[in-house]
Amino acid sequence: MSDEVNLNRRQFLTKASAAVAGIAIAPGMLLFDFAHGRPLGEAASNAVRWGMLIDTTQCDSGCNECVTACSKENGWPEAKSSTDVQWIRKVELKQISTGRQSSLPMMCQHCAEPPCVDVCPTAASFKRADGIVLVDKHRCIGCRYCMMACPYKARSFVHEAVIDHDSDMPRGKGTVESCTLCVHRVDKGEAPACVEACAKAGHRAILFGDLNDPNSEIYLRIRSVTTSQLRADLGLNPGISFVGL
Amino acid sequence: MKAFLLILFLLATPAWAGSFAPKLDIGNGGQCVDDPKFMRKNHMKMIVHQRDETVRSGIRGGKYSLAACVNCHASKKDNNVLGDNEHFCQGCHEYAAVKPDCFECHSSKRKVVAEAAK
Repeated sequence: MSDEVNLNRRQFLTKASAAVAGIAIAPGMLLFDFAHGRPLGEAASNAVRWGMLIDTTQCDSGCNECVTACSKENGWPEAKSSTDVQWIRKVELKQISTGRQSSLPMMCQHCAEPPCVDVCPTAASFKRADGIVLVDKHRCIGCRYCMMACPYKARSFVHEAVIDHDSDMPRGKGTVESCTLCVHRVDKGEAPACVEACAKAGHRAILFGDLNDPNSEIYLRIRSVTTSQLRADLGLNPGISFVGL
Repeated sequence: MKAFLLILFLLATPAWAGSFAPKLDIGNGGQCVDDPKFMRKNHMKMIVHQRDETVRSGIRGGKYSLAACVNCHASKKDNNVLGDNEHFCQGCHEYAAVKPDCFECHSSKRKVVAEAAK
């Protein structure tokens, strides 16, 4: 009896690993972690900390897919001037002494110690239990202290009335907003739009997952390769890390 | 005096009040998530409570939700709860002289249609 059970278990494991291999995008690298969609009615838990690992060596300087996907998913129009709303942008870096160039997507770094939350006078800026830094627009008075406090220049102010809202992502004039790590998708167990778009474009530069889960791909990658955080000297412990900076 | 009493009687009849009550397009209608009388009076408290739980704690799929209100009550003609005084939200709020702020940020359109238009 017990042998039979073990056999079934073994068969199950074989099949399961084959299924995992099917969605692996490279040996030892999954597109994103699965089975994290919370059941309806359950609050976000601090056992989870969502984060990203961005591989700048895989990021193509000519590619803008992550920005386009974010804009489409969250309903913000293409930024034309510096005061326009922009949740994610592409940044080109050049080391002057060597001429080495790299490219990376830049957005809210979802800090563990977010300065935007510290300065917010109405507690509209907050960090959710699972590490996602958000703006509660019901409370935001549009003072823009958080925009000044953010060392990554990740937040934008909505200057003009929004027409044709997206039903998943309410946006309105007079409030500050930034990358939400696609919280509405993450809660359903999906990856953020930029991650999906990057993989679709064949670059796979963004790895998304739970930084607290010892079995997650992102956890294993961060343990095995050299990664860095932006402005680590500030001690904010961002949830977004980079490879190849 | 008799004429005065008659006018007073006419003024006091419910039919007088009824002719000014909003005629609402209730969209899909059917069974509401709670007793309609209760909802008429308390919907704002319910969705304020729910919005804090969803935005701040990440609790989704609650009994009360603005998106669910809109999905059910958007007019079948244009899938919107706003537009003119027959539309569900606008009509009643106009009647009660209360301005709803929800739709400054939230979509007033039925979700299925909004998704299909993308």
